[in-house]
Amino acid sequence: MIVAEQKSLDEMKSLIGEAQKVLVVGCGTCVTVCFAGGAREAAIVAASLRMATRLDGNAKAVTDVTVQRQCEWEYLDEIAEQVRAADVVLSLGCGIGVQAIAEHFPQAWVVPGLNTGFLGLPTEQGIWAERCAACGDCLLGRTGGICPIARCSKSLLNGPCGGSEGGHCEVNPDIPCAWQLIYDRLNSLGKLDLLLEIQPPKNWKAARDGGPRKIVREDLRLRAEEE
Amino acid sequence: MAAQPSSNGYLVGSNLERVLRAGHFAVTAELGPPQSADGDVIRKKAALLKGCCDAVNITDNQTAIVRMSSIGAGAIVVQEGLEPVIQMTCRDRNRLAIQSDLLGAYALGMRNVLCLSGDHQSFGNHPSAKNVFDLDSIQLVQMVAAMRDAKVFQCGEPFKGQEPRFFVGAAAAPFAAPVEFRPYRLAKKVKAGANFIQTQLIYDIPAFKAFMEKVRQMGLHEQVYILAGVGPLKSPAMARYMKDSVPGLWVPDEFIERMEAAGAPWADIPKDQLSKEDKKARADAWKQEGICICIELIQQVREIEGVAGVHIMAIEWEEAVRPIVEGAGLLPRPDVSAAPAQEAHHD
Ligand code: SF4
Ligand code: SF4
Repeated sequence: MIVAEQKSLDEMKSLIGEAQKVLVVGCGTCVTVCFAGGAREAAIVAASLRMATRLDGNAKAVTDVTVQRQCEWEYLDEIAEQVRAADVVLSLGCGIGVQAIAEHFPQAWVVPGLNTGFLGLPTEQGIWAERCAACGDCLLGRTGGICPIARCSKSLLNGPCGGSEGGHCEVNPDIPCAWQLIYDRLNSLGKLDLLLEIQPPKNWKAARDGGPRKIVREDLRLRAEEE
Repeated sequence: MAAQPSSNGYLVGSNLERVLRAGHFAVTAELGPPQSADGDVIRKKAALLKGCCDAVNITDNQTAIVRMSSIGAGAIVVQEGLEPVIQMTCRDRNRLAIQSDLLGAYALGMRNVLCLSGDHQSFGNHPSAKNVFDLDSIQLVQMVAAMRDAKVFQCGEPFKGQEPRFFVGAAAAPFAAPVEFRPYRLAKKVKAGANFIQTQLIYDIPAFKAFMEKVRQMGLHEQVYILAGVGPLKSPAMARYMKDSVPGLWVPDEFIERMEAAGAPWADIPKDQLSKEDKKARADAWKQEGICICIELIQQVREIEGVAGVHIMAIEWEEAVRPIVEGAGLLPRPDVSAAPAQEAHHD
């Protein structure tokens, strides 16, 4: 899932600026699961903003609504009226949700209420960790299902570097060394020979380095046109 | 692609390659460029090192602190008549920048490169920087070796003219985790085309012997020149810091105790009563002991089959190199400028 966390109330307030009618828009997918921007959080943020702006002596009209998926335009149609009526939309979606609103409603002023972090999973209650950097050319088949791009601090393909110690990364003892994890897993599966092969330089063109990416599925497009 | 010697029988003909090929026990040292644009710092350090090592590593923004570039400093070192080993990390440059810098380095007379991943920028003085890591150290070795042997850029296109010919080095950290994998990682660097290896600082001789035994079993010592990393301790505090806080560094208690013993005459004087002279005398006693230990370490690694030389890392203490090399009986350094290329062999 996409993992995000809320900006501070102060930052949200400054992003809202002088606007009087504020619409907080939550999203029912990833950010609901990571407790950053679901219906519950949208209601709390709206209530907090109402209270904070009242205390500041400039009570704003803050309402909230949550769509099932902010990152798909069809789900945004249902809030078109509310968006039109608002001076500002505070999106509690990930960065994709914010942009989906901006693209779908050219007249709307939309600001982000979250900082979008990474693609990851919950490792325990209240902790999420990064797992994938969306590099566009997945090599997990060579590393025992542990991603060195997202999880090694240097994205090494032929690790571990000399900074690995006691299972953690040189950067920070809180970061497990991805290459120690890869080594341990391949070792336990009897596949250490995979580590003896030199992985060639990566084709970063498939990653963001090749410019903004797009996936085109002609099979699906044709079918859509036939409809 | 197999390493291709040039017409004189050497891969490159650098002094370091010649010394190693002639079977001498090689000595390399380290020169840290300044955090300034002052070339005289390099000249002074070069004067301290000239004549007591076969080549000197020029660090590349070591510990991610911005310093004069290794190639810029290396050009000065060449002018001073000392041979540089250019350190090149993957942290700050992508494959384009590395290649173009190496073309320039070759044109300026540099002939040895040490290929490193590089310390993460979070350690240095620009922790908010974006890093690169387009390649890793093994891919870098492969690229620099192919520039010389296949005469191609990383993309596969041939050079339009002279190819850069470097004696290619890589690092080894025998005691970094997972320790069992370290000889295999060294094997990967050899397979990638490394000609010489400089190891992380070695203090634990028995552990290093065990590492070298595995290296010999794998036949790696016959395919690559291994220079054991050594360095003088400066104080008991430095020894303890290395033991406790630097990954991949094992410092036996014995050396910490010896450093403490060297400072024993001052140990009973309360801290606030130590005069300036006392402090200086104590620092000198520590340094003296650090140099002694370093000399002993060199003598011990020299006995290990497959160790072709030492790499002396006296960080910001270049003055220590000459007494260490002299104490280890490794002066004068051999003059191999006219030596014909022989079959590779080791001490
Ligand atoms: S290799 Fe690429 S696609 Fe696969 S998990 Fe890692 S970043 Fe994601
Ligand atoms: S210590 Fe491990 S995770 Fe950290 S940079 Fe090195 S190989 Fe990558």
